[in-house]
Amino acid sequence: MRSRGRKESLAESRDLDGSYDQLTDSVEDEFELSTVCHRPEGLEQLQEQTKFSRKELQVLYRGFKNECPTGLVNEENFKQIYSQFFPQGDSGTYAAFLFNAFDTDHDGSISFEDFVAGLSVILRGTIDDRLSWAFNLYDLNKDGCITKEEMLDIMKSIYDMMGKYTYPAMQEEAPREHVENFFQKMDRNKDGVVTIEEFIESCQKDENIMRSMQLFDNVI
Amino acid sequence: MAAGVAAWLPFARAAAIGWMPVANCPMPLAPTEKNKRQDELIILNVSGRRFQTWRTTLERYPDTLLGSTEKEFFFNEDTKEYFFDRDPEVFRCILNFYRTGKLHYPRYECISAYDEELAFYGILPEIIGDCCYEEYKDRKRENAERLMDDNDSENNQEGSMPSLNLRQTMWRAFENPHTSTLALVFYYVTGFFIAVSVITNVVETVPCGTVPGNKELPCGERYAVAFFCLDTACVMIFTVEYLMRLFAAPSRYRFMRSVMSIIDVVAIMPYYIGLVMTNNEDVSGAFVTLRVFRVFRIFKFSRHSQGLRILGYTLKSCASELGFLLFSLTMAIIIFATVMFYAEKGSSASKFTSIPASFWYTIVTMTTLGYGDMVPKTIAGKIFGSICSLSGVLVIALPVPVIVSNFSRIYHQNQRADKRRAQKKARLARIRVAKTGSSSAYLHSKRNGLLNAALELTGSSDDEQHISKSTSLIESQHHHLLHCLEKTTNHEFIDEQLFEQNCMDNSMQNYPSTRSPSLSSNNGGSTSCCSRRNKTTTHLPNSNVPATRLRSMQELSTIHIQCSEQPSLTTSRSSLNMKSDDGLRPNCKTSHLTTAIISIPTPPALTPEGESRPPPSSPHPTMNISTTCSNVVKVSAL
Repeated sequence: MRSRGRKESLAESRDLDGSYDQLTDSVEDEFELSTVCHRPEGLEQLQEQTKFSRKELQVLYRGFKNECPTGLVNEENFKQIYSQFFPQGDSGTYAAFLFNAFDTDHDGSISFEDFVAGLSVILRGTIDDRLSWAFNLYDLNKDGCITKEEMLDIMKSIYDMMGKYTYPAMQEEAPREHVENFFQKMDRNKDGVVTIEEFIESCQKDENIMRSMQLFDNVI
Repeated sequence: MAAGVAAWLPFARAAAIGWMPVANCPMPLAPTEKNKRQDELIILNVSGRRFQTWRTTLERYPDTLLGSTEKEFFFNEDTKEYFFDRDPEVFRCILNFYRTGKLHYPRYECISAYDEELAFYGILPEIIGDCCYEEYKDRKRENAERLMDDNDSENNQEGSMPSLNLRQTMWRAFENPHTSTLALVFYYVTGFFIAVSVITNVVETVPCGTVPGNKELPCGERYAVAFFCLDTACVMIFTVEYLMRLFAAPSRYRFMRSVMSIIDVVAIMPYYIGLVMTNNEDVSGAFVTLRVFRVFRIFKFSRHSQGLRILGYTLKSCASELGFLLFSLTMAIIIFATVMFYAEKGSSASKFTSIPASFWYTIVTMTTLGYGDMVPKTIAGKIFGSICSLSGVLVIALPVPVIVSNFSRIYHQNQRADKRRAQKKARLARIRVAKTGSSSAYLHSKRNGLLNAALELTGSSDDEQHISKSTSLIESQHHHLLHCLEKTTNHEFIDEQLFEQNCMDNSMQNYPSTRSPSLSSNNGGSTSCCSRRNKTTTHLPNSNVPATRLRSMQELSTIHIQCSEQPSLTTSRSSLNMKSDDGLRPNCKTSHLTTAIISIPTPPALTPEGESRPPPSSPHPTMNISTTCSNVVKVSAL
């Protein structure tokens, strides 16, 4: 793939031309990255791979490229963009989880293909697709099951986004309680972990969740 | 939320999928897009340069002109684009703001033009990005200072300052000696006496001649009386000046706190204290000290010299640099004095008896004075002494350029202010000339209009070329507007010289007592004109006659209408009344015309109001008026 080849050559070029300054490597890093430009595959291919129409893809790409002129989003950028929507709380942790969920090939940056692939599942996929995407988000180590610790991390990150100024005031125990609640609902065989089948099954039985999944039909 | 990020809102909403399964309660309904139209390109035509952008780009900022429905006012139906008759260069920056969310300020752009454009498009200047914000603020501050300077100099300008009471006049005279001759005289006299006082102080101490007894006496003691008289005179003048300033000051408290007033007080106090104190032995020492303060009179010169003031201001503004200089010097002095003391301790008959005694050596060496009254004798002392002198040069040389550059900046600023004032004066003079040109254009065109109307009436087609078509549509509309105003207020515009002339003439005439009602309004008008209460001219409803008419009316207690030398006399209103049939205009090319009884032109528009305000030149049946007008005068129905 063109994109992967570019990312590999980036690492090489950094070592080769010696402009990698150890002292100020952050600045140099960005400088290097900005000279690399990633171009997505053609519009037709993306149309085949995702369920978006041509016009939708155009609109999405324009927005994407506007914020990330290089065509690649790294984690820092991603967190910064996401934080602009949640001015009150700290959305960094949740954004990190999202980043991992979007970055399917785990190369440290999200290209437009990754972006659009994720969005396609969430916005145009079936309910089951969406639920498995959500499961993938929760499963931090991608081992096929959600443990209580993983769920606690996710829950804490969601509660962090609320920030300090909430009504009623945020309690320390709130995430943990919420996790307990979740596991009671989802964990059928009470083995302390939630597998994907349990997850989808339990969600399908829950009216609220089903209804809320349909919210995503009209986002774009 | 930044603009570009708005495009990522769908993504943020999609990312909320992570919350759904863990939520315990149902989610609220999503807002529906009512008219979900496809994003379209809109064309913005700014003075011919076409910019195109997506509609949603502009809608990112709904509280600006382009983002709201306000832009519909500029929509051109024929070309299906939005047309703005504004500067395309600045528009580039503004459109980039919508696109990128950052507003930049280009350096080549004039700050006030830029501000105006921002105000037009409804964008607050505070959102200028950090990259350009400093530059913008600096330029804005400079502009504000310039405006303030201009305002100040305007307020200080002479002329048209009505009703200044004595206090304010005095204060202005003190602050700006150039406002009147008296102020200038005062300025020079005080300057002279300051100089005299300072010179007296100096000469007092010069030894002049011997007294029998072979003792050299300073002049002060030899001619004690003369010097005392001189001193008294100077102090008198200074006291009077101070009291006058105190009286005239707009805010006495603030004046008393100001530096100049403190200098004044310090300059004259020693004299009074000396008067009060007797020749007591105990206090004579203190008395002598007080005399030292008389030297502060020299600071009074700073009122007379701008350079001194700038110097003082510079020192004040460089206080921190001076403080640093002092501090670093003190540090170095103490260090080196200590070192020198201990180095020279060994040598016999050393002058470096203590560390404070070494201070003197250190200061003299660091400032490269090198009196030579104290020199180190040991080798160690010499080494440290040379280090001391080398470092002295450095320590002093460092803050001095900062102070110098400050002084230079303030000095040049002052020069610039003066230059700007001079340029502004010249510019305003030129503008005034242009303006008087345009106002006389109005009067001129009025007369031309009358001529045209008369010509058309008389039907002489060969005079058509006199009809000046040189007035544009806008001009004629403007003139029409002024006409309407004249009609509304029953007064007419005339130009300044005629008005003054009119007033002068009227003041010299004896007004005929207002026997005839026809003259009453005239008189009323003329008296009022001379009392300066209303500057409008008297109302002659019949014609745009310059004030020479009024004079003739006063002379003869008959009704005379005298033409001026200008060719056209007919009322400009007649041009308005072209539709109405019987505007009578004496179209007179001669210089002297007295109207016929019935032939006074009266615009029909006046007749409804004619009852209340009979035209002054309305024919009085008993008066015998003859017309010597060469042209045909039409009869009006009065």
